Amino acid sequence: MSNFSSGDAVLKVEGLVTSFRTDDGTVTALDGVGFDIGRGKTLGIVGESGCGKSVTSLSIMGLLPSGVGRIDAGKILFEGKNLATLPEEEMRDIRGNKIAMIFQEPMTALNPVFTAGEQIIEVFMTHRNMDRSAAYKAALSMMEMVKIPDPERRLEEYPHQMSGGMKQRVMIAMALACKPAVIIADEPTTALDVTIQSQILRLMQDLQKDTGTSIMFITHDLGVIAEMADDVVVMYAGQVIERADVVTLFDHPLHPYTKGLLASIPHVGQHRDKKLSTIRGSVPSLMNLPAGCRFYGRCPYRQPECEQTRPALESHKGAHEVACLFAGRIDAGEIKPNYEALGGE
Amino acid sequence: MIQYVIRRLLQMIPILVGVTLLIFFLFTFFGEDPARVALGSHATPEKIAALRAKWGLDKPLIMQYLQFWREILTADFGRSFVSGERLSEMFKQGALVSLAVTMPPFIMGTVLNLIVAMLVAWYRGTAFDRFMSVIFTACMSVSFLVYVLLLQYFLAYKLDLFEINGFIPGLKGLPYLFLPWIILMIVHFGPDVRLYRSILLEETKADYVRTARAKGLSEKQVMFKHVLKNAMIPVMTYTVVEVPFLVMGSFVLEKYFSIPGLGDLLVSSVNTGDFPVIKGVTIMIAVAYSLFNLLTDVLYALVDPRVKLS
Repeated sequence: MSNFSSGDAVLKVEGLVTSFRTDDGTVTALDGVGFDIGRGKTLGIVGESGCGKSVTSLSIMGLLPSGVGRIDAGKILFEGKNLATLPEEEMRDIRGNKIAMIFQEPMTALNPVFTAGEQIIEVFMTHRNMDRSAAYKAALSMMEMVKIPDPERRLEEYPHQMSGGMKQRVMIAMALACKPAVIIADEPTTALDVTIQSQILRLMQDLQKDTGTSIMFITHDLGVIAEMADDVVVMYAGQVIERADVVTLFDHPLHPYTKGLLASIPHVGQHRDKKLSTIRGSVPSLMNLPAGCRFYGRCPYRQPECEQTRPALESHKGAHEVACLFAGRIDAGEIKPNYEALGGE
Repeated sequence: MIQYVIRRLLQMIPILVGVTLLIFFLFTFFGEDPARVALGSHATPEKIAALRAKWGLDKPLIMQYLQFWREILTADFGRSFVSGERLSEMFKQGALVSLAVTMPPFIMGTVLNLIVAMLVAWYRGTAFDRFMSVIFTACMSVSFLVYVLLLQYFLAYKLDLFEINGFIPGLKGLPYLFLPWIILMIVHFGPDVRLYRSILLEETKADYVRTARAKGLSEKQVMFKHVLKNAMIPVMTYTVVEVPFLVMGSFVLEKYFSIPGLGDLLVSSVNTGDFPVIKGVTIMIAVAYSLFNLLTDVLYALVDPRVKLS
């Protein structure tokens, strides 16, 4: 049912530890993160802000701020190479070529003083050694591919002359230019209107079908995950706490955090008097993490052991993995949630 | 674009009217009587009256003011009250001399400072960057006059490397300009490089820089193409507004090196109450300033596609 153990992974991340140097000391932003992305599949990475979603993508791209962020341990395996230790020059060959990225803010992610065309042409000239006229033709066909109307004129336009959705199409054209094996999309639709959002998602799905590229889709929006992803990784405070294929995860979430996330989605037809379910408290500071389970402070199912013992990500049923000491017993209904215990927090 | 320029030129008219009114009334009501200043305190009232008549100061104020405008429109400000020289000649001479003092170090300095700033920004956060920051701050902390006095004393007097006194217009005056050029470049080095560096570093934090890196561009392409073009916008603003002041020269340097530029001329004419000179120079500054502001806006539109001139 799941693709996780199928072995046909394009990108494999293992035990990734990434830390940042700050004024108050070193902060471990990622602590043993691991997942695979299947060929032609979409992996959704979910979590609230600050859980390490974007740091994961920057670690893979080798774009951690120099001198501040660095990978301390772990492997990022891609085409037989470990990207975590790859020299910058070889990394540059991969960036934008074999692994491309789409960013959250199309408004600021494009350079305001160059035309859309110039910014796409650049990719072809860098990775395909094309001359300007060949790159222009290639850029034009990319614009047609992402269904931008009147592409010749749009190529000559600057980002400020375009709408948000149009800019994100240009970003996608840029990312797809070299037919990458993996596209990392970091909240690509968060800044867009809902109608534009669904257009962009549909476009990405269509293009994935045509090109067979894999997508790593980072978002905090579970609705988008349900629509886009084949497999899902749930992150919490720098760790993967659950992973499964999308159907299993939505039908049968195991981790208390995932359960909480899914319960907090409002449903159409839900009684309006009923309070919207929330997860109490907030993500612990990465500067000051608890010794045991990182979700301990917010978990309605918590047990005394959870405070000191850190759960490892373990297989529950087949490929469904979860990092919770009591996942089995919670699933069997032996442990009931106790919300009163959290009230005083 | 052309329409915009024409409209901006028309907008300069009310500004100039304001400037002329201000100069005219300030000097008529608050300035000393130029005839009395010129003839000295022992002059007889008859002599003063004769001189006032000769300079047209006895005419009604409105006539004097209109006369002022005729001078502006014909770019002919008559003769100096003090030396009797034709002002147009004096200004031309003075402006050329001032530009000879200020223009070369301005151009060389801006290019050099931008290169140094890019170098420092390239090595940001390293020991080299920190060392240079100390140098810039030290350069900025020393007064202009200290540079003038120390460099004149050591380089010109002790080591006899430069000429400092006896400037003559023309190519023969060139050796007298080297030391002022060096001083101006040193004075601008610290603040300019620091400013350009922080502009460049501010740009490297922008989202489009991360996009450019994610495309696989080299750090050189990122810095010299993407970052530099964006950074040129604030750099230009800072640089172009300095240009009109170049014509005015550097009053301090002109004094210390006995160079007869416009700065020197303006200060001595304030001392002698030489009204035509002050009038002319002030109007020239106002016009130059407005024109260069317009030039800045036009240059903006060329560098920044978001700016539309309309």
